Amino acid sequence: MDNIAGKKSGLTWAVHISVAALVLLWIFPTLGLLISSFRTTDQIRTSGWWAALFPAVQNETLRAADPDEARFERDGIFVVEGNLYVVDGSVESAADVPAEISVWGTSSREIDAYVAGETADMGDGETMTVQSNGDYIWTGDEDQLSGRGQRVFVTAESPPEFTLGNYQSVLFDPGNREGMSRAFLNTLTVTIPATIIPILIAAFAAYALAWMDFPGRALLVAAVVALLVVPLQLALIPLLSLHNDIGIGKGYLGVWLAHTGFGLPLAIYLLRNYMVGLPRDIIESAKVDGATDFQIFTKIILPLSFPALASFAIFQFLWTWNDLLVAMVFLIDSSGETTVMTRQIVELLGTRGGDWEILATSAFVSIAVPLVVFFTMQRYLVRGLLAGSVK
Amino acid sequence: MNPALQGLITIIIGVGGCVGYFYFSNQILDKVLFPARGENAGRNINRANAIRPWLFMGPAILALGLYLAYPVVETLRLSLTDRSLGGAFVGGDNYAQMFADEKFWEAVRNNFLWLLIVPAASTAFGLLAAQLTDRISWGNIAKSLIFMPMAISFVGAAVIFKLIYDARPEDVQQIGILNAVYLQLGGDSPITWLTVPFWNNLFLMVVLIWIQTGFAMVILSAALRGIPEETVEAAIVDGANPFQIFFKIKLPQISGTIVVVWTTITIVVLKVFDIVFAMTNGQWETQVLANYMYDKMFRANDWGVGSASAMIIMLMVTPILVWNVYNARKEMR
Repeated sequence: MDNIAGKKSGLTWAVHISVAALVLLWIFPTLGLLISSFRTTDQIRTSGWWAALFPAVQNETLRAADPDEARFERDGIFVVEGNLYVVDGSVESAADVPAEISVWGTSSREIDAYVAGETADMGDGETMTVQSNGDYIWTGDEDQLSGRGQRVFVTAESPPEFTLGNYQSVLFDPGNREGMSRAFLNTLTVTIPATIIPILIAAFAAYALAWMDFPGRALLVAAVVALLVVPLQLALIPLLSLHNDIGIGKGYLGVWLAHTGFGLPLAIYLLRNYMVGLPRDIIESAKVDGATDFQIFTKIILPLSFPALASFAIFQFLWTWNDLLVAMVFLIDSSGETTVMTRQIVELLGTRGGDWEILATSAFVSIAVPLVVFFTMQRYLVRGLLAGSVK
Repeated sequence: MNPALQGLITIIIGVGGCVGYFYFSNQILDKVLFPARGENAGRNINRANAIRPWLFMGPAILALGLYLAYPVVETLRLSLTDRSLGGAFVGGDNYAQMFADEKFWEAVRNNFLWLLIVPAASTAFGLLAAQLTDRISWGNIAKSLIFMPMAISFVGAAVIFKLIYDARPEDVQQIGILNAVYLQLGGDSPITWLTVPFWNNLFLMVVLIWIQTGFAMVILSAALRGIPEETVEAAIVDGANPFQIFFKIKLPQISGTIVVVWTTITIVVLKVFDIVFAMTNGQWETQVLANYMYDKMFRANDWGVGSASAMIIMLMVTPILVWNVYNARKEMR
């Protein structure tokens, strides 16, 4: 269509670039979280996640070994040697050192006084040599090599490094009381019944509204449309008191019922819109052949409505999985045993506000499942959206 | 009992119960109450068919009535009574008390800001994305990436954006990208964005705009594709440039869809709760009505004022509700 004008629009490039910019802008936030969840605590503290893809330059203060224990005499002078990172305890042996020291110094005022491999003259014959991998030789007389180990300020470059440790501790560490494994199971327990049951109830109702003739049908459809936008905030207190009165209290049953109720208007609306569009001939010829309404529904309507059922199932799944308010009101009691992931994350935001490795990993654990569902079933989701709003 | 097992049993009971209900109620209707044989066969079939719709819709009507219709009435009643006086009728006292609360007006002001900005921005970005991606070969991939935040929970999005807005002391590296960019552009010192009154509202809105743009894009893109080609061709022949085509030819033809998108996002905005709850909890003048209501109901345990504020949300939704019902009825005729 664009070619009709003859010239291939000069805007084409502009379009490509602006779409690329828009897409980048939109995935950038999520990407930040994803990358952060694979970084170690230290890395997150010292640099932004966008730096994770490049070697990280880090300033560290390390210390030579305690001279009173480690020094020995060689050719009349005292010597302490070893590896700064081994002394620090961050690695087992010099071969494991991940970082590469570029410059270093022995005073906090001049942390970049020497390049790696250079020998520093610290006065009165005391010297220090630091190699790029942290190996050092510290020489001097008996007085100079005493007390605490010499401080060394290094500027080191470490290659990009990613870890699965955060996921290990958030998901699989049974000792971690802030872990997500239980919340994950709880969320699943809430989600699956809360997705399946409304579909069944809604499918029957939608069939009646679409294909059966009875007085008040138009009124009922209008009522469904009206209930579609009623804020569920209104339902919290009345229903919680109701649940308490009839003995359900706070718990899974309550949250399943609540999600069923809140999901029904959209389910009925979507399914009815879809079923109305099914060809009348099929249904009428089935009736002529003597099929009952129940048979028509189970044998013809349900299989044909699969796309609409799938769309609603995805909506309801995403909605219940991502829900916070309904779970807080109808499910989570003071014991906290039944907490769901969204609630757990909000709690972590309060207690572990600065610990991004935990927050990012926990958040990503809860985001991952909807994302998988989204990317595999996107077709149905789009179809459902279109059926639900363009009408 | 293990909740997972309990869940499984519930699914079986729930699904089995539903199917059983529908099957047996139909059986009873056809075989026992009004059997389609004997001298009254014809009359019985008619009667059975008159009752059947109500069997099919029974559970749905029950659930809708109990979980959505009844609460509206009950909330209205609660908003007119005082729980501490044993549920005595107090007329407009709760509303008067709420109107005297500064926090309430702050919530109303912020809600109106949200209502003005979020639907407008989401629709505009969605329209831009829809128009641009429709013209290129990798448009579908681009669309699916812009659409992706739709699957992310408000809480997850809150974490994502808190990382973006994160502020560190001045002497260490910034890990929040907004502050990093701000300092790079010559800002003096890092800003804790979420604590700057008024502007922090905008930073919260960005989260919802980010989520809702994909929705707007998907719907508007379908609408753009539905525009008859002849109208565009005619405009090109008449020498219209791409901007004129978009604003003068395409936009008027999809105005109906834009209204639908706008109102749908408006409803989402009116109910926005999770984002504010997780990111600021209404501090630093970011309160919104839904969070105000939660505060009153579950923290202050003041059901009267809580219900009154819920009624305010209902009141704001009502015009859209009426409009939707009006359109649905027009369509059914």
